[in-house]
Formats: sequence, C-alpha cells, structure tokens
Amino acid sequence: MCLAVPGRIVSMAHEDDTLMADVDFGGVQKSVCLQYLPDAAIGDYVIVHVGFAIQRLDEASAQRTLASFENLGILREEFGDGFALAAHQAGLPVPVEGILA
Amino acid sequence: MAEALDFEGWSCPVPLRDSPTIVMGHGGGGAMSAELVEHLFLPAFGEAAADAGLADSAVLDRPSGRLAFSTDSFVVRPLFFPGGSIGDLAVNGTVNDLAMSGARPLHLSTAFILEEGTALADLNRIASAMGRAASTAGVTLVTGDTKVVDAGHGDGVYITTAGIGVVDDGVDIRPARAAVGDVVIVSGPIGVHGIAVMSCREGLEFGAEVESDCAALNGLVRSMLATGADVHVLRDPTRGGVAASLNEIARAASVGVTIVEHDLPIPEPVANACSMLGLDPLYVANEGKLVAFVPRADADAVLAAMSAHELGKEATVIGECVAEHPGMLVARTGLGGTRVVDLPIGEQLPRIC
Amino acid sequence: MKYLEEFANPELAARLLDEIRSVTTRRWAMMEVCGGQTHSIIRHGIDQLLPDEIEMIHGPGCPVCVTPLETIDKALAIAARPDVIFCSFGDMLRVPGSDSDLFRIKSAGGDVRVVYSPLDALNLARANPDKEVVFFGIGFETTAPANAMTVYQARRLGVKNFSLLVSHVLVPPAMAAIMDSPLCRVQAFLAAGHVCSVMGTTEYPPLAEKYGVPIVVTGFEPLDILEGIRRTVMQLESGRHELENAYQRVVPDEGNLAAKAMLADVFEVTDRAWRGIGMIPGSGWRLSPAYRDYDAEYRFDVTGISTAEHSICRSGEVLQGLIKPHECAAFGRECTPRNPLGATMVSNEGACAAYYLYRRLELTAVGSNG
Repeated sequence: MCLAVPGRIVSMAHEDDTLMADVDFGGVQKSVCLQYLPDAAIGDYVIVHVGFAIQRLDEASAQRTLASFENLGILREEFGDGFALAAHQAGLPVPVEGILA
Repeated sequence: MAEALDFEGWSCPVPLRDSPTIVMGHGGGGAMSAELVEHLFLPAFGEAAADAGLADSAVLDRPSGRLAFSTDSFVVRPLFFPGGSIGDLAVNGTVNDLAMSGARPLHLSTAFILEEGTALADLNRIASAMGRAASTAGVTLVTGDTKVVDAGHGDGVYITTAGIGVVDDGVDIRPARAAVGDVVIVSGPIGVHGIAVMSCREGLEFGAEVESDCAALNGLVRSMLATGADVHVLRDPTRGGVAASLNEIARAASVGVTIVEHDLPIPEPVANACSMLGLDPLYVANEGKLVAFVPRADADAVLAAMSAHELGKEATVIGECVAEHPGMLVARTGLGGTRVVDLPIGEQLPRIC
Repeated sequence: MKYLEEFANPELAARLLDEIRSVTTRRWAMMEVCGGQTHSIIRHGIDQLLPDEIEMIHGPGCPVCVTPLETIDKALAIAARPDVIFCSFGDMLRVPGSDSDLFRIKSAGGDVRVVYSPLDALNLARANPDKEVVFFGIGFETTAPANAMTVYQARRLGVKNFSLLVSHVLVPPAMAAIMDSPLCRVQAFLAAGHVCSVMGTTEYPPLAEKYGVPIVVTGFEPLDILEGIRRTVMQLESGRHELENAYQRVVPDEGNLAAKAMLADVFEVTDRAWRGIGMIPGSGWRLSPAYRDYDAEYRFDVTGISTAEHSICRSGEVLQGLIKPHECAAFGRECTPRNPLGATMVSNEGACAAYYLYRRLELTAVGSNG
C-alpha cells in the first residue's frame, strides 16, 4: 500500500474552491490536491499519494538521516562497536565534526 | 504541424467539404475512396509513394537473396503524442521488425480502418508522418486499403502495415542464436515512448520532458552488420519493454540472461514518472531502440559502430547470457541482491500499492 | 527523484547491513506491516542480504489482498451494469472474485476504467451526467484522505451521479489481531510509514506496551527499510519494546491534522472482515451517516452474492505470516500471477506475487547465481 513519492511544489491555485498545486517530480509535473497541507508554500517538498499531498517532507530531517547513515561506518572505525552501539541506543546524535555527507 | 488539405477538384458534396470528415463512402471503393487516395494519401506520402501510385496490387522486381516479411497493426491512443503519431509508429514499427532479422526493408503496404467522423486533417497529418518516416527509412509505400466503420466502433484510426525486405547472405539473426557468453547491448535510453504516450492519456495527464523515441532502426543495424560481427539476436523492445524481449529471447534459446540494474540507461524523467505511477521501466515500451546479443569478441566493434550512429550514441552493455537459470531473466539489484524479471502479465497499470 | 535516490545509495546500504550484522546475536522474527515494504524488501534483494538470523514475516498490509471477497463480488456486480462507469485503482483489476474479476467484466463490455486518483472519477461523473460513476474506495489510512476529500467534494458540488464503494482497513487493529493469534511468531513490527504520515504515531505505544513488541515507524526505500530493521534489532537485543520513528522526514507524531479531521467527518469505524484472515472488530471505515447518499452499497441494491473462495488457496495464512508463499502447495502450479487463486498472488504487494515474480530463482533451484 501507500506508494507515495516526494515532489516539489512549483505553483498553487484554487480550482472549484479546492487548493491544487503543480508538483514537480524531477522533470515530471502533475496536478496535485493540496487541500490537506494548507500551510504549504511554493518550493516545499511534499509526498504525494494518488494525486493528493498527504505530508510535507522535512528536508533538514532528510539530510540528518542521510548523515547518520554516512556516519555508521566511520564511527565503527573511530570508536569500535560498543560506543556506537551505546550512542545509538541512547538515541544521541553522534559527534560528526568535519565529516562530510 | 498540420499540412493543409487542398480540396480543389474533390467531388465530395459541399457540406462535407466544409466540415471535412471521413464518411462511410470513403471506404466503399468508389469515387470517394479513389479521391481519398489521390488527394490525401498520395500527396501526403510524398516521395515515399511508389511511382505507380497505390495500386490494388503492387508488382515489384524480385530482389536476390532471402525475403523477410513482417506485418503489424497499430492501435495506439492517443493518435498524436509528444514526439510522434500513429503514423510514425506504423511505418517504423514494420521497418524495425524487418531490420531485427537483419533485413534491408524495401516496401510497405498500408491498410487503414477509419472511424466515421475522423477529421480529414488528422488523417492528413498521420499520412504525412508516414510519408516522412518512409522516406527517412528509405522504403516505399506501394499499396494499401481503406475501410470505414461506424462511429463508436474504432478509436479513430487503426493502421496495419506489412513489409518486405531482403536478407543478405551470411546474415543469420534470430532469437534462438543467443549463446552463453554473449554480451547484451541496448542502443540507448529505455522507457521513453511508453512514458511519452502515458503522459497524455486521459485520466493520467502529467507533464514530462519526454518525447517518443520512435525511429527507424535499419540504418543503425546496417552499421552494426558492416563491422562483420556475427550478431546473434536483434530485438526492438516495444510492448512489454526490455523485460519482455529479453525473456522471449532467453526462452527461445534456452539460455539465462542477467542484467545489471545499475547499468540500465533510464532518463531521469522516465525514472521519475515510473516512480510516481508505480511502474518498472523495464516493462515500458520503446519504439526507437534495440537490444542486441553479440559474441563477446565482437562486442567492442559493435559498440563502436553503434556509438558512431545517430540512434546509437548512448549504446551500452547491460548484461550477458549465462548457462544458469535457462529461460529466465535475472537482474542484479542496486544493492547487490538479485531478482527475477518475469514476463509482464497484461498491461502495466498505475498502482497505489 | 530527489529524496528518493539518496535513500537507495548502495554504499550506505552496505554500511547499514554491516551494522545490522554486527549487532545481531540471535534469531529474531519481525513483521513489516505494509505491502509496499514487502515489495521493496523482495525487489531490492534485502531479504537475501540480511543475516540469516533475521526473518522478515510479511504482513497483511496489502489493501488489495485483504479487501473482502464479498466486496469484490459487489464491485463486479455494479461494474457489470450498463448504466455504470466503474472506476478503480489499477491494482484491483485482476483481483479474483468468486468467479470473475474487473478485467473480465471489462472484456465482456463493462465500462471499467483505471484512474490514478479518485478525483479523476469525480471528474468523469461531472463529464458524464447520464451515467452513474462509482469509485472503488479501497486502501489503508494512507488512501482514505483522498477518498474522503473526493466524496466531500461530490457532496459540496452537488454531483449526484457519483458514489463510493468503500472498503477501508485500519492498521493498528490488524497488528493487535496478529499478536492475539496463538500461532504468532512476530517479535517486533516495522510500522507502515505512510499510514503514520497521515495518522501519526500515537496509536502505537499502547500496542508496544501491551504485547511487549518494539514498533519502529519505517519508510519504503532501501535505506529506510534497513534503518527500520537496524533500530528494531537494537531494541530486541537490548530487551526494549518502544515506539521509535525511523521515518521522521515525513512522519510527525501528530500526523496530518487536516486529513484526520476530514476522516472523522466522512468515515466511521466498523467491523471489517479481512479476506483470508476473518473478522477483525473495529478494523475498518465505512461512510458516516452524513454521507450515506454517496455510499454505493446503499445506492445499488446488490443482493444474492454468494461468495466462494478457491478451496486450496492459503492466502489467509500467508497474510498472517503463518506460512511463506512457497509453502503453499498451489504456489507456482495452479496459482500464478496469470491465474491467481487468491489476492496475494495478484497485487505487486502481495507476498505470493512478490515471491513468484522475484524469487523463483532460489525457490526452483534451477541453478545458482552469484
């Protein structure tokens, strides 16, 4: 279930009193209903399921998640299994000074 | 762009001339049919029309060598899509079928089934596209037929083309020749035609920077054969995409075929449209691409020849023939796992899951 | 596509797999609820790459698979009517009813149309005032907001010739039903990420607590799935059973409030029979009384349906994770995607279809691959 893909809001307009948006999926544009994200703005990323934007995509969160994956191997090299394990278990962000994504 | 129709000299009743559409009489074989041929088809086909016009039966010089013969019907909807029309498909489709057995395509027949009410201007656009495509491919349109059906019984225009070509001595290209060790080459980016057509299908409409790749491949095939390589198999992956073609070849030759997902050339808009709709690009139709099975020793030469040709600039190796899993197509995934790529079942439909 | 490709990065996937291997010390069985997650796992080969100790039990999160047989038969009866344009998502077209399917109804002359969005069906209704347009409103909580908005618009715009055949199913009651089964082997759940983007995460801590199972909200791309599995293993190894959110970029704790408000207005909770599983109380949504006029079950008098599942189909056991698809005697023989006996072989997300399409290599042991 739930094939929903991320796209960027390019423009918005009301049609029949319904908020609609043109969303760009990397070169593919589709008209999408934005009524469930009334605070969305042009340039925002949203996830779209069957022609409806159902949630905003938090870009900062996405970057943090990717960075956390990047750091996995590095941590093991620097600190060994135990530390990484404990840090992850505690849900703490791991110090990543100077490590590029 | 629509070519203007010149109705001077037509004997159609005046009201028809004012709103020119196909009526039952155009399929009746009488004066109206003849006019359609003389005033619409022949001018539209242009230089591709045989000198003798479109006779009931074309008498041709018999070429030396083996004959290749192919036929195909074209029922695409919509009739006009980004990058082409049913007319382009009708000519290039049969030209390509002939080219895929290593033949030099020579002559085509064109049979039309038209829905009453079809706009003559649309038919003219389609016929002109056929004329241009035939000229580009170097084939002549030598004979044809037109029938008209009641409104509501057709999608406007259906076209059937049949074609003959000649196969030079020493050329033996057929699916059963695929052999373990062969390299699998694709001539360029995949999934383009299917997405272009889907993007304007009613109920789906999406904007995409994608135009159909519809093209005649006989020139590309000539350049590949000119290397002297022993090309084993050629196939144009139309309906069912690359997945269908590679599966059919694997079964015909009882070999296994493996492809590497990372190596598949998929343009970004095609990949994204497929993500959006839940489609797999491997199953999306192509109309200007071919896959080739080539002995490993000949691969470099063939690739070089393809890259030098307009339609093969992005040719690339996507896989190989193996002894394992005969009859099956298997893909190595991006992550390094494997998955079987099965024959498609029916049409690919947009999904929610 | 941005925010999709990055989450399929093979190098990062390798690191996540390394990490999972390094923290796994014993056998664990976890269930990915959502059919989309099942599809992703099998299609990318994640199941092949995980350490042997980790077993993925495939959950019933495939709305196509669990739509009750009776509802399918009602859909077929409605679609066969000459005055009806029956609209559906593509997934439903080949799902077998008792003795037919939408594809065959279409071949026999029924006006059956595949749409991308339920709004397309509403537009069809407005464009064809002399026809009755019915939309097959299936799906989990992810799809319900779209269906809700569509019927809300229909009523607001006064489109009288439109109706919805509703068969929505809810995830949390299904998870509870699975845990309540005496044969259950599930020790943790990967919760359905897009369902949670709509509904939020608040329904899960009580489940984690009651059944003592970790629940990790998980996405669909390879890295998301691996991260969900990694966090799940961490919890299992350390004896914790909490709700964790591994899909934060699209799942806020509160979900989508505007969507939830619409859902509360348009739908009401009902008992629902899940095909192959049976009745799960309070596990479905139907149209609320205010929208009864738009309910196709009331508009079309569909009686005399006698359902008959294929006798050898074991999709129910597959859906509950009790057997793997290839453990069914009919798998790959009488039952294939071309001739499916049950819904799990039809949908891309059905476990049977996924195994048949992607895993036949290992299952038929024709030869080895690298």
